[in-house]
Amino acid sequence: MTPSTRDRTTGWLMVFPALTFVAVFSLYPAMDSFLLSLYSELPGSERTFIGFGNYAELFRDPVAHQAFIVTLGFVLLSTFLELLLGTGIALVIHERFKGRGWTRAAVLVPWAIPTVVAAQMWRFLLNDQYGAVNAILFGDQVDAYVPWLADPWMAFGAIVLADVWKTSSFAGLLILAGLQVIPDETYDAARIDGATAWQRFRHITLPLLKPALLTALLFRTIDAFRVFDLVFVMTQGGPGDATQVIQFYGYKTLFTEGRVGYGTTISVTVFVALAILSLFYVRTVGSKLLQREPA
Amino acid sequence: MTKPLRPALIGGVLLAVLGSLCPFLWFVLTSFKSQIQVEAIPPTWWPDGSLGFYTSALSEHRLLYYIRNSVIVAGATTVIALVVATPAAYALARLRMAGKAWILGGLLCVAMFPHIVIAGPVWQILERLGGLNTHWGLVLPYVSLTLPLAVWVLTTFFHELPFELEEAARIDGCTTWQALYRIVLPLAAPGLFTATILTFIYAWNEFFFALLILTDPEHQTLPVGIALFQGEFTMPWGEIAAASVIATLPLIIIVLLFQRRIINGLSAGAVKG
Repeated sequence: MTPSTRDRTTGWLMVFPALTFVAVFSLYPAMDSFLLSLYSELPGSERTFIGFGNYAELFRDPVAHQAFIVTLGFVLLSTFLELLLGTGIALVIHERFKGRGWTRAAVLVPWAIPTVVAAQMWRFLLNDQYGAVNAILFGDQVDAYVPWLADPWMAFGAIVLADVWKTSSFAGLLILAGLQVIPDETYDAARIDGATAWQRFRHITLPLLKPALLTALLFRTIDAFRVFDLVFVMTQGGPGDATQVIQFYGYKTLFTEGRVGYGTTISVTVFVALAILSLFYVRTVGSKLLQREPA
Repeated sequence: MTKPLRPALIGGVLLAVLGSLCPFLWFVLTSFKSQIQVEAIPPTWWPDGSLGFYTSALSEHRLLYYIRNSVIVAGATTVIALVVATPAAYALARLRMAGKAWILGGLLCVAMFPHIVIAGPVWQILERLGGLNTHWGLVLPYVSLTLPLAVWVLTTFFHELPFELEEAARIDGCTTWQALYRIVLPLAAPGLFTATILTFIYAWNEFFFALLILTDPEHQTLPVGIALFQGEFTMPWGEIAAASVIATLPLIIIVLLFQRRIINGLSAGAVKG
């Protein structure tokens, strides 16, 4: 055997277990879901092939429309706020100062906390009677206490707030990595020319930070699209359908109601929407992520 | 650093630190309160230092089971994911193989799958294998879910190691596997450690699959237990807070000790290249 064929055989042996895991527990299930979505399957009834019938139903389903709109609103608002706050966090923890390690650790705490814990925490903070938020805002005026999670708009805002609190630091870390590759000298000339801090940020940092911002945008959008834990714990999709995001609607249809065909149709649609979105992003980012093939 | 920015920096640090910690600190305080304090309107701020919620969470709410299950599932996931990811990452970083870019790109895509699209069929596979309500039934999909991140972090890391030592070892007659285990792994210990931390945190925190696969309370993990905590008449906020503190404590310790590694690891797959 020549070294290169031996390399190739060993190489495939080395990646084989990993690929097997991913094939059995991710790729095959995704394809199976696509097949299942072509059938009508209700609890206790026969499975019948109906082609794209489920998709036609999804197209007409007002609850699904509402869920898509809620999801889209959630994705846009939370991602925007996370990039904004994330940039702020990145700028702060990029500076050199005493106690930076502690600051970085503190900022990482929301990222490390289980989402379920963060959700219960915000649910309690926003409690209509014992909640700290009401106490801070209204003090002893108990009559003024707001049942935040009982109001459709407030409940939506609460989910966004919890997500922004939990994940801004992750966005911040990705943006920090972008800041770290900007050489310090870049700023010197501008400083000599008398550019203000804002001008330096606006005309030097921001343009050079674009790839990092796009990466953070990609990761955060995809994650926000899949939001489930926060909704499950904080609102169960309510009040009404005000916070019923698409992944939660799919979960209910699939696992609570047992409508396998229609439930998988919802999930496959989310999947396709995400795939298109990722492709779009990756093309815009200049496929930087994928070109990094180790030499 | 120019002088006039200093106050802004102090303000930024304060905002970031307080904003990150205060909400959870409230939960920590709550966990040390008494039932009367928790239900006071308006709330009492300072707890009387009671451990009542911890003891009742342990005795009445199966908290001990949840902790045990989380330790088993997250521990097993981390070990298996690392054992599987390490050779894969080494091959992708070092060996001459066709289609490496495709494998890495493919893994990245798989990591972006919405969980619900794989949940139904995974549930059916596990039902057929008898894996529902078992620890291994959750570990198998978790390994698959954490592999992409582990492989990416490790590939980036292996790629940064100097190649000369392995080359010398292989010229001396080491096989690829020997080169990996004798030369590369000791050098790559920090990278392995980072991948271990990230995998563990993911498995410790995961909720969606755990909710679907573990319906029997004796097998449920901490996130499921905390999400489904039920009181007889009212929400047992004190016990929820106590369980949350216990579920979060190991993560906070990890973050405090290994903040630098986590930051390097998370940004490794994303922007560095």
